[in-house]
Amino acid sequence: MKKINEFRMTVEAKAVNESFCRAVCAAFAAQADPGVEEIGDIKTAVSEAVTNCIVHAYAEKGGKIYISAALLENGVLRVKVRDRGCGIADVKQAMQPLYTTKGDDRSGLGFSVMETFSDKLTVRSKVGKGTTVVIEKRLGSDGNA
Amino acid sequence: MNLQTTVSGRVLTAHLTGEIDHASAPRIREKIDDAVTEYAPTVLRLDFRGVSFMDSSGVGLVMGRYRHAKTLGCETQVANASRRYETILKMAGLTKIVRFVRDGNEVKKA
Ligand SMILES: Nc1ncnc2c1ncn2[C@@H]1O[C@H](COP(=O)(O)OP(=O)(O)OP(=O)(O)O)[C@@H](O)[C@H]1O
Ligand SMILES: [Mg+2]
Repeated sequence: MKKINEFRMTVEAKAVNESFCRAVCAAFAAQADPGVEEIGDIKTAVSEAVTNCIVHAYAEKGGKIYISAALLENGVLRVKVRDRGCGIADVKQAMQPLYTTKGDDRSGLGFSVMETFSDKLTVRSKVGKGTTVVIEKRLGSDGNA
Repeated sequence: MNLQTTVSGRVLTAHLTGEIDHASAPRIREKIDDAVTEYAPTVLRLDFRGVSFMDSSGVGLVMGRYRHAKTLGCETQVANASRRYETILKMAGLTKIVRFVRDGNEVKKA
């Protein structure tokens, strides 16, 4: 599918950048005339992916997060969130609802939330190399658009 | 995140505002736990009316507050959560431990 538009950015894996990252993706999506709900869906899914880079991939020690987004001809927004962190040994297990390797404040729902609020979610990961999460969302079918 | 708490009888209401994420959660957690310890309420009501964003960090926040409040014999309620926040909170099965309530309308309850 042809890209109509795209952007790329690299951002430090700091918690303070979480709201910045989701706002950038929402602002980029705005050109496709999304509804209020769709914007909320994108922000929520992006926030989960970015937070996972900070909390898990780099274990709060910092690193770089690579974000890119493309708007496709068919009205789909495709956001990629990539890190060069620790990677995930068993992606299928990690994506199970309530599965978490960080008890306390984490509930193991990030991937479930990403799945719920996107149309398609793809996760590729290699231990020691990093993880790429691809979130796809069709825009403009909200009704409020 | 600017957190205000109000006390009415033995009900402590924490008025959550702004964005709840991994960055803001620690400060919110601290403020709520401090208020619960100080006032020793029997009901802790987490009011989501002023929340403009929440991701799964909100689930950890509510679960943790439930656990802390429970050790002090206090029940936890989630009030006025939007459909989106409710969807996320209920994914964790929170309905089993926390009551979801809604105020009648914009009118403040005495
Ligand atoms: N980018 C990543 N790098 C390394 N491990 C990851 C990454 N993303 C997720 N994981 C692993 O997958 C698990 C599940 O992730 P998920 O986002 O579903 O839940 P969580 O982050 O543990 O909790 P929550 O998102 O509810 O706060 C994590 O606990 C972690 O072990
Ligand atoms: Mg997560």
